[in-house]
Amino acid sequence: MATLTTHPDCVPLISYRFGKGATNIDKYIELDGYKAARKALTLGPDAIIAEMKASGLRGRGGAGFPTGMKWSFVPKQSAKPKYVLVNGDESEPGTCKDRLIFEHDPHSIIEGVIIAALSIQAKMGFIYLRGEYRYLIEIMERAVADAYAKGFLGKKIFGSDIDLEVVVQTGAGAYEVGEESALMESLEGKRGVPRIRPPFPAVVGLYGGPTIINNAETIASVPHIFRIGGAEYAKLGTERNGGTRLFCLSGHVNRPGVYELPMGYNLKKMIYEVGGGIPNGKKLKAVVPGGSSTPVLTADEIDIGMDFDQVGKAGSMLGSGGVVVLDETVCMVEFALRTMKFYQHESCGWCIPCREGTDWLKKSLTRLHAGGAVDKDIDDIRYLAENMLGRTFCPLGDAAAMPTIGFVQKFRKEFEDHLEGRGCPKHRVAEPELMPV
Amino acid sequence: MSTHPAFPNTIFSPALAARFDRLVTLYPVKRSALVPMLLYAQDEVGHLSDAVVAEVAARLGISELDVRNVISYYSLLRTRPVGKYHVQVCTNISCMLRGGNELLEHCSKKLNIPNKGVTADGVFSLEEVECIGACSWAPAVQVNYDFHENLTPESMDKVLADYRAKAQNGTK
Repeated sequence: MATLTTHPDCVPLISYRFGKGATNIDKYIELDGYKAARKALTLGPDAIIAEMKASGLRGRGGAGFPTGMKWSFVPKQSAKPKYVLVNGDESEPGTCKDRLIFEHDPHSIIEGVIIAALSIQAKMGFIYLRGEYRYLIEIMERAVADAYAKGFLGKKIFGSDIDLEVVVQTGAGAYEVGEESALMESLEGKRGVPRIRPPFPAVVGLYGGPTIINNAETIASVPHIFRIGGAEYAKLGTERNGGTRLFCLSGHVNRPGVYELPMGYNLKKMIYEVGGGIPNGKKLKAVVPGGSSTPVLTADEIDIGMDFDQVGKAGSMLGSGGVVVLDETVCMVEFALRTMKFYQHESCGWCIPCREGTDWLKKSLTRLHAGGAVDKDIDDIRYLAENMLGRTFCPLGDAAAMPTIGFVQKFRKEFEDHLEGRGCPKHRVAEPELMPV
Repeated sequence: MSTHPAFPNTIFSPALAARFDRLVTLYPVKRSALVPMLLYAQDEVGHLSDAVVAEVAARLGISELDVRNVISYYSLLRTRPVGKYHVQVCTNISCMLRGGNELLEHCSKKLNIPNKGVTADGVFSLEEVECIGACSWAPAVQVNYDFHENLTPESMDKVLADYRAKAQNGTK
């Protein structure tokens, strides 16, 4: 069981039905469920997309692309069938929000798929969950079966002349499959390697057909936009950053948890008031604001609003909403190394800058952390990372390079402290105690 | 044994065989069922044995090499058995900050096996894993598919003891 944490500043929109038994379809209907889908049925594709554009909703998976615009790129006429894909392969370190939606409000995902499908006249949708979320796959499959039984999915949904099939799909452990084109490969029964773009999925996607692919939280936000209206939804957030999002607070905070807060909520306030500050009277050292692939912010860079534009202006990214808080005891080289170990493990190996780059960066950081590096190695780490940027098929290479550049740039002194055989200061402190005097 | 005409000698339980019969009909392309089939087959058999690979390939009309090529990509899929209870300790950033590494070391000592080891009695196996999506409740461990969160070495002992007792009682 994963549960939402609340604070007086929270705005329950996506989480409006959490903890209210809404996995039960009748309960969901009682809580205004499937009203948005019925409304969308009367609107037609153009009006649906107009409402989505008015909402200012931007993709919650990390890139922050405007959802309404993404949907509008799908061609109206297509020889091949169109598809809607929900990306629930949540695996960006620091991120644990989609899990709550699947667990507490699976029908909001289905309703979001229905509305997305209506907007592009797709007749089939897929909800892809990571394999580790087995208990959620069962919840989601039951919800889909219940929606079929009510006539909300299948032939002639809600008594209209529109058909829509929805299938729940499982992954089997791969970060890379969270990348849109790799997810499509996985859904076609293949290794999850990315595809070259263009063409983009809106034109050539799953099975070669035009495809909408959105993060689970994005899709779950859709019915709420139609429930309260796009303009009202937009007002909850900041300019060009409509609505609310689920922020996952983790690391060194007194009250870690998943909180639903308005877009643009102040990061400092999020850590000190919502999260209750840093435990044990320690000082804040750094914050990773949007999952492990986003560049680190130092303690004096956190007085910013958490929306895509403001975090971007501060030199990082809002990403997936995973806010990881680091206190003064953290060794930044060790943290950079653990981050790189992850990307090296998850690199699919399809293209060379990422496969070789992550491996070399892991080796270099390991050596630096152990005290085997020389001055030049620090520049080499940065040089290597900078040369991965923009040179890979998919954003995994960037996801590994960007935080690395940030760590070196902002905590160079700590990197230098590991040189000339010294290794990690944390381990040096521990050493004298181990040796007899 | 299932009496399904297409696979009279299926190695899967009748329930799973029936599930697979339906699964392959859901997609525009049959092969789309491959990853779910492998995971569900592994759940029942314990690992992806040669027999599993052969039957999955036959059900989808693809080669065994195609199936193995996909297996080697996904980290949850395995071709060798693990313990009855597979203890997966996350040490990624959020868990690391709250004692994930120490928890892994503790489990290793307690079970007396290294990372990726299996206990002699086959009850437990241990694996260091990447982010499992429990960052706000770190450090976290998955035993098979069950999440255990906000752990300490002490509460981890209790988790392991409970599984040990389950294994002795013969329950799943």
